[in-house]
Amino acid sequence: MSDHIVQIVVFSLLFLLVSVMGFVAARWRAPQDLNHLDEWGLGGRNFGGWITWFLVGGDLYTAYTFVAVPALLFGAGAAEFFAVPYTIIVYPLVFLVLVRLWSVSHRHGFVTPADFVRARFASPTLALLIAITGIAATMPYIALQLVGIEAVLKTMGVTGDSALARHAPIIVAFAILAAYTYQSGLRAPALIAFVKDTLIYIVIIVAVIYLPAKLGGWGNIFDAAEAKFAASPAPNDGITLNANNQLQYITLALGSAMALFLYPHSITGVLASRDRGVIKRNMSALPAYSLLLGLIALLGFMAIAAQVKPLPGARQGTLDTNTVVPLLFDQQFPAWFAGVAFAAVGIGALVPAAIMSIAAANLFTRNIYKEYLRKDATPAQEANVSKITSLVVKVGAVACIVFLDPQFSIDLQLIGGVIILQTLPAVALGLYTRWLHRGALIAGWFAGMGLGMWMLYQIPNAATGRAHFGGSAFPLREFGFDTPMTIYAGLVAVAVNLLVAAIATPILRSMKVAEGTDTTTREDYFADATPPPPKPATPAPTATT
Amino acid sequence: MAEPTTPDPDIPDTQASASAPVQARSDRSPWNWLLIVPILVPLTTPLFNHDDPRLLGFPVFYWLQLAFILLGVTTTTIVYRMTGRGAGR
Repeated sequence: MSDHIVQIVVFSLLFLLVSVMGFVAARWRAPQDLNHLDEWGLGGRNFGGWITWFLVGGDLYTAYTFVAVPALLFGAGAAEFFAVPYTIIVYPLVFLVLVRLWSVSHRHGFVTPADFVRARFASPTLALLIAITGIAATMPYIALQLVGIEAVLKTMGVTGDSALARHAPIIVAFAILAAYTYQSGLRAPALIAFVKDTLIYIVIIVAVIYLPAKLGGWGNIFDAAEAKFAASPAPNDGITLNANNQLQYITLALGSAMALFLYPHSITGVLASRDRGVIKRNMSALPAYSLLLGLIALLGFMAIAAQVKPLPGARQGTLDTNTVVPLLFDQQFPAWFAGVAFAAVGIGALVPAAIMSIAAANLFTRNIYKEYLRKDATPAQEANVSKITSLVVKVGAVACIVFLDPQFSIDLQLIGGVIILQTLPAVALGLYTRWLHRGALIAGWFAGMGLGMWMLYQIPNAATGRAHFGGSAFPLREFGFDTPMTIYAGLVAVAVNLLVAAIATPILRSMKVAEGTDTTTREDYFADATPPPPKPATPAPTATT
Repeated sequence: MAEPTTPDPDIPDTQASASAPVQARSDRSPWNWLLIVPILVPLTTPLFNHDDPRLLGFPVFYWLQLAFILLGVTTTTIVYRMTGRGAGR
């Protein structure tokens, strides 16, 4: 432990700085009353372009991404570079969708995607399914942020023998995080995101200039990776794709992009922005993070060229490849700069963890507590329930890491991507059409969810030697095709979900099953924060969707 | 804070403003079709799944995908400029 004292001091100082910022954030941008969900959970719905850029960026590109994506490239190469096309196609994909969601939420005061579904389809049941799906997909995501911090702490040698001693630093860090999130709500991660991203940008810019120079240039780095993969027995690794994993690469990038803004925490960041222009501008500004992500991913190859050996994993005989990036920094940088890099990853875990816990808490409050437990809850009561739920969510995430194998969280996160995709028909398509019947959407959800779980269950993991939930690459052979190709399970599941919803809709309609009343109007989907000057004597349009 | 609101705990101001007159608007624009380009191009991996030609040591598979980020930024910026001002904002 003593040989990393400089790193630990730098890490702790920066951590302390953001903790203070987290508490001060309660007074930032002068909230009128933090006892309202709009203020606590959405930062007053008043964030401009820059704050939204940092907030949504800090939300989507998490500590786990920064640690795990290079770790995956370190292990398998090109197939894991899908994270780059995924974060390129996501912004044009959701460009038009998110402004509609923002507008209708702004007009109706929606805080969660399930709020929208409730109003659009008049179905508390469907909204409940959407809310539970969101909470279930978010919880392991928070736990994964802890895996990111843990990789850093492990590299600094801050570990103990017993489970409790090993996790004490994480418990302390999360207790602080929980306290300032409770007090400041979404303002805390929004303010801390500035520090987090500034640190990460500095570290990565230095790393991609300094490390290649030290390791003999980019050409050398890619050659070293190629040599490693050529020597390994695994069939699907390499610095380019092979015939068998191209379809997986394409469907995984597309499916992940479709899932990203269905996650409740992404929607929280979007709904907190001031107007439609902020969202549209961010769709072209956020890809700056994709460049960052691409460069970070390549740190995995740099670790190969620098001959980094990952630290041992939680179980005997396994390796924790999540430690390769922290180890790379530790071995190649001066101690103080390695400390800055570690702080960047550590703080990088706090921002998304805070937003995710707020998003999960809002879902519980709006779509379970207010819907089923206490219909007449006042805004102050709502805010209070959300604050307490956000604490519970974080305790749950810490418990996941302390008591379960971290690999379990990683598996759950994999499932999370597949299940959150099943909310696409109701949330994303629902923004465009009311044609699908609410009962059909529920049927589709069950079909997609069931198929998705079955597919993931069939996938073994060669590396950890387990028979199930070993990845998202489903072999097409299982469907009877004579090919070694694989496909992303989530995309198949959501296709079936849509198919079932589309078939069930005319059936339910012909059976005259009640459809409920849509409480949104066509104009709601185009509303902006500042209403345009009223035109005198213009008859109101009566078009409906 | 955009505007001073009368704090009424029961009615969020977003609902109060819902009664304000809003003219008929739409997000429709032929420029939106441009957004398909940066969605489809990065998914055509068979076309650039190669090592050569390298650029600054990067195999084409890597530098071209990083270059697609620029394609995405350019496209969304054009669409925002051509549609954002007139109709949406």
